[in-house]
Amino acid sequence: MATEKINMPQLGESVTEGTISSWLVAVGDKVNKYDPIAEVMTDKVNAEVPSSFTGVIKELAANEGDTLQVGDLMGYIETEEGSDPGTTDAEPEKEKQPAANQEQEASSDTSMKKRYSPAVMRLAQENDIDLQQVEGTGKGGRITRKDIEKLITSGQKPGHAAAESKKTVQEKAKEPEKSSESQPAAKAGDIEIPVSGVRKAIAQNMVKSTTEIPHAWMAVEADVTDLVSYRNKLKDEFKQNEGYSLTFFAFFVKAVAQALKEFPQLNSTWAGDKIIQHKAINLSIAVAKDNELFVPVIKNADEKSIKGIARDINDLAARARAGKLTSEDMQGGTFTVNNTGSFGSVQSMGVINHPQAAILQVESIVKRPVIINDMFAARDMVNLCLSLDHRVLDGLIVGQFLARVKEITENINAETTKVY
Amino acid sequence: MPVMSYIQAVTSALREEMERDEKVFILGEDVGKKGGVFGATKGLHETFGEYRVLDTPLAESAIAGVGIGAAMYGMRPVAEMQFADFIMPAVNQIISEAAKMRYRSNNDWNVPMTIRAPYGGGVHGALYHSQSVESIFANQPGLKIVMPSTPYDVKGLLKASIRDNDPVLFFEHKRAYRLLKSDVPDDDYTLPIGKADVKREGTDVTVITYGLAVHFALQAAEKLEEEGIDTHILDLRTVYPLDQEAIVEAAQKTGKVLLISEDNKEGSIIGEVAAVIAENCLFDLDSPIKRLAGPDIPAMPFSPTMEKYFMINPDKVEHAIRELAEF
Repeated sequence: MATEKINMPQLGESVTEGTISSWLVAVGDKVNKYDPIAEVMTDKVNAEVPSSFTGVIKELAANEGDTLQVGDLMGYIETEEGSDPGTTDAEPEKEKQPAANQEQEASSDTSMKKRYSPAVMRLAQENDIDLQQVEGTGKGGRITRKDIEKLITSGQKPGHAAAESKKTVQEKAKEPEKSSESQPAAKAGDIEIPVSGVRKAIAQNMVKSTTEIPHAWMAVEADVTDLVSYRNKLKDEFKQNEGYSLTFFAFFVKAVAQALKEFPQLNSTWAGDKIIQHKAINLSIAVAKDNELFVPVIKNADEKSIKGIARDINDLAARARAGKLTSEDMQGGTFTVNNTGSFGSVQSMGVINHPQAAILQVESIVKRPVIINDMFAARDMVNLCLSLDHRVLDGLIVGQFLARVKEITENINAETTKVY
Repeated sequence: MPVMSYIQAVTSALREEMERDEKVFILGEDVGKKGGVFGATKGLHETFGEYRVLDTPLAESAIAGVGIGAAMYGMRPVAEMQFADFIMPAVNQIISEAAKMRYRSNNDWNVPMTIRAPYGGGVHGALYHSQSVESIFANQPGLKIVMPSTPYDVKGLLKASIRDNDPVLFFEHKRAYRLLKSDVPDDDYTLPIGKADVKREGTDVTVITYGLAVHFALQAAEKLEEEGIDTHILDLRTVYPLDQEAIVEAAQKTGKVLLISEDNKEGSIIGEVAAVIAENCLFDLDSPIKRLAGPDIPAMPFSPTMEKYFMINPDKVEHAIRELAEF
């Protein structure tokens, strides 16, 4: 059983309405398909309206004498067949619903923000309006002619003059980048290497760090003769037992972690109106691969043994060279220790790994004549160079920190320091 | 002021012009005793007699040809094509003779004839009773094509057409005949041929159209007003030659233009309207010019579902306006 609608049919061309002159059925009557149910009069024809269904008349929705538009409801009929779901009126409504939702979703889209119509361009030029600063209400954030007209009538047009100050600030910040861009084009035989990926990221980070952070430098010289003999005594056995090398660098990282625990001021970040001092001591180490540079992190270095640090260094370096570092490996560093000595460098000025507050360069260990007790002695000497964020740190505290690192490293030997 | 339907306005204009000028006469198939298949000439045979309301054979070429000859002798014939679809046999007479007469005779002769024809679909009339034929005639200098949208315009423009000293094609939308009713003055008035008319003032989207689609646009505009979309509607009224000044002004008003025709899209009247806008309004446009028209298929289908797909309707118009408003 299903209830079907009887609608006013189209009774001839140009006929748009019909008047019911008489009903030929009453509620409760049984009718067959094509049986006449009403006489309808139009100004063109008088006709009988046939039933479209077999069933029982359930309701008559119009009275005799009523004029109905074509398609208007005349009544209901109860049929024996199942209703065809395709003919229900609710259908088109349902279809409309998702479309409306889609439109709402699309409103956050700004793909059309910089597509200017001819009208918008003309009005912006005539009225000296900076379109960059206009909010668009059109599709995809497009600025419509009406948006501009509203601005003009409201008198709040953002002219280019007002934008000047904002622009110069932006330009200043961008300048270093621009100057490198404005270098001369390559001559014949030169190789042009497109800047992309990691190289681009390095460039951006370095520019950011050097333009934002006021760098200052300091260096101390440490006598690590004992450390060298201690490490040289252990290294072959260590390599045999553990499967990886016990490097000098692991000792320095450990020393730095220990000193940072005592001088947390260096383990911090400049955050505009405050300085954040980090609890965790996560040391970034620089690992080079071809022309790429990665700074993976040894997490909680202060809690690790020298062996643990050596293993982390070995593991991170191996994965960096295999291109298998994850972003997780590179996040969370609070201070950087850079092994510049591995390149043979004896002095360098590191660029701070933004947003950290300092970077320590461990230079090459060099055997040099040193005067001890007015006598020359051949000692293993190393320079420890530190770059500091002068907003966060001053010479006093950094000097104390470096003195502490020097003290620790100069006193590493079999008695004081355990590898495991 | 009496309320008249679109077709009553036709009859009223014919009656008044026949009373005013005895040179005006009607000829066509079934226009006499029957009063026309739609009833447009109802009662005129009784009033004016068989010599002023002529039943003709089923020969459209002859209807046009007789009209042209009579017009050249100083009469003002109003010829009826029973359906615009049936005008094809008369095309040679209309284009090669009526349209060119003044030009080729160096002003010695002219053809003050009006040809009325019901056009348009949405009446379940299929191929031979649904066509829009205006674009066939819309590049023939010497002809004028009038397509009114309201009973008021019908009366004023039909009277102006009859009084015009050159041939006018007067296309009446057959679905509008009994669908549209409005106040029509009893007294004698004419409306200028070649002038478009603003049917609704608005600021968001401009709709330019003619015929029954004006009615659809008005319905859509009313609905969209609730959403805050303000539609400007220009009724072309005369589709050839076009009122270029009014088109440019209307397009400039909002910078977003929707053109509507019931005709097949390619080569229709609105393509020419789009060209006028493109030539004159580049720096006022805020969106691409949008066209809503019938699909490029040979005929209005008989199947109700297919006919609905072919025909424009208020929903389609509403959707198109909203799209432009949101752009």
